[in-house]
Amino acid sequence: MTHWLIAPVVLPAMLAPFIVLAARYHIGIQRAFSVAGVVALIVISAALAWNASDGTVEIYQLGDWAAPFGIILVGDSLSTLMVLLTAVLALCVLLYAIGSEWDDRGTHFHALFQFQLMGIMGAFLTGDLFNLFVFFEVLLIASYGLMIHAGGTARLRAGVQYVLFNLIGSTLFLFALGSIYAETGTLNMADLAARVALIDPAETVGIRVASVLLLLVFAIKAAVVPLHFWLPSSYAEAPAPVAALFAIMTKVGGYAIIRVYTLIFPPDVEVTSGLHDLWLLPAALASLAIGMIGVLAAKRLDRLVAFAVIGSMAMVMVSIALFTPTGIAAALYYIVHSTLAAAALFLIADLVRTGRGNVELTAQAPMAGAALTAALFFIGAIAMAGLPPLSGFIGKLLVLDAAFDTDMMVWVWIIVLCSSLISILGFARAGSVLFWKAHSVTHSEDDLVMPRPTTLSYVAVGALIGLLTLHTVFAGQVHGYTTRIAATLFEPTAYSNAVLNTPGKLSKPKKEEEH
Amino acid sequence: MRKGPCKMELLVASAIGIMTAAGLYLLLRLRTFPVILGISLLTYAVNVFLFASGRLTIGAPPVLRDDMTVYSDPLPQALVLTAIVISFGMTAVVVMIGLGAFLGSNDDHVDDQPEDTQ
Repeated sequence: MTHWLIAPVVLPAMLAPFIVLAARYHIGIQRAFSVAGVVALIVISAALAWNASDGTVEIYQLGDWAAPFGIILVGDSLSTLMVLLTAVLALCVLLYAIGSEWDDRGTHFHALFQFQLMGIMGAFLTGDLFNLFVFFEVLLIASYGLMIHAGGTARLRAGVQYVLFNLIGSTLFLFALGSIYAETGTLNMADLAARVALIDPAETVGIRVASVLLLLVFAIKAAVVPLHFWLPSSYAEAPAPVAALFAIMTKVGGYAIIRVYTLIFPPDVEVTSGLHDLWLLPAALASLAIGMIGVLAAKRLDRLVAFAVIGSMAMVMVSIALFTPTGIAAALYYIVHSTLAAAALFLIADLVRTGRGNVELTAQAPMAGAALTAALFFIGAIAMAGLPPLSGFIGKLLVLDAAFDTDMMVWVWIIVLCSSLISILGFARAGSVLFWKAHSVTHSEDDLVMPRPTTLSYVAVGALIGLLTLHTVFAGQVHGYTTRIAATLFEPTAYSNAVLNTPGKLSKPKKEEEH
Repeated sequence: MRKGPCKMELLVASAIGIMTAAGLYLLLRLRTFPVILGISLLTYAVNVFLFASGRLTIGAPPVLRDDMTVYSDPLPQALVLTAIVISFGMTAVVVMIGLGAFLGSNDDHVDDQPEDTQ
């Protein structure tokens, strides 16, 4: 057992207090350590992903206690992929925060950023449901601080809504955990999978309630309609780099649904039959429609991007809700695309804000740095709306293909295609108002001259666009990899074996609990 | 089978139910202060609920010994401890943010007001 698997959690956890305690007054030192930490995270998570890519399931037993008594971290191909995606996104976002000096507009940006990374990494790596709750809280409490970074009344008001909604979600999560523990007597995911399969089909009331509660909690995180109301205001009011980092937070919900509902409550278990096709798929389709209509209806660019996030996360959920190996493979491909595209668009919205002072979708005199910003917006909008040639198009094609031979095929195709058209209209309207109509408006005397965004800001956005291009060019390889991941998710014996049959030094494996 | 804990079960179950109901009612109010009170009540309810998820036992130690046949499950107690700490911290955070929002806008509504959504 090597200790590298816990490094993505421990490294930010050590860096954050160091930044608070030792470098509180030196933004330069904070930036250096933060960037160095994130670069190290990328290297470590790339090595972990490489190690897991051949199907090995690496586990780490904290305190050397064997599962199900000890807490364990599990690095299989799915969780290491998400960890790598988080680390790469974090570097781009951090460079933008430094380039645009967002990190200097309030205190403790870098420390909170590291704590946020710690929570996200832990949520992806843990193999224990209660531990998942704890890491959710770590990432949430850091996100509360980041969300109201730099202050301002509008941001604080949106922050109150965001915090309250998430507190309700956490309470629901605890209720779900309590009922699961009462029914099964364990919270380790692999152990739960074995025990849920043994439950008598006649006595499933408790576990059915628990599984629906758990789905509600993850659906709140993933902003599935009708649980999406927290997202538009809070993402639009959050500082741009924070909103871009939050692009991975909705995916944490998606990841948790994939993990829990393939491992613990797989579609063929009678206990939870009807949950996916009867409830999750229609809800996901409704959020797709509402997200894309929101894109067309938004009056400000940041709210437009927030609704685009709801729509693109809904695409992921549609694909997940099919619960077939092809559906999950398509969902994983789309998760990577959607994270990068949403982050890029939030940062582009901030480039617009820097260049002309606001993000209202009204015709105003041309902004500073309009040419480059317009080009980036054009590419980002193409990716998000799912037009060829970028990865959004390939992702949508994969989702449509996965839905082709299911009962819901007609609905999925109609809603995906119509909502794509609506979102194309929405992005086209926003782009033409922001960049083309500006030429018909002349500068008035009392206009403030806004500065051009810095080069580093453009580099950070360019890096995200570059990653999207790579995701498109190597779509074959990436989709092949996600197909292999999906196959392991539906054959979780390697996962369960690694978790339950690795002996720890301090306890014997397979010791039955008494009840 | 078990005579002793019957009254206790009724008491614990109704306490959880009443606190949850009151918490939900307060949660649906429009202003920050009742909503925060509602969240606190809900977290109390969930703490007791978690505690009860390990079954209710009277007079049994939460440790395993060789000659011990009846014991109370120690894991929910550890879970409740974690949950209490987290919910306490979260409530403190939301009070501070809510106070900041109230002092900034002189308005403690939780929902968006018509003039600031436009």
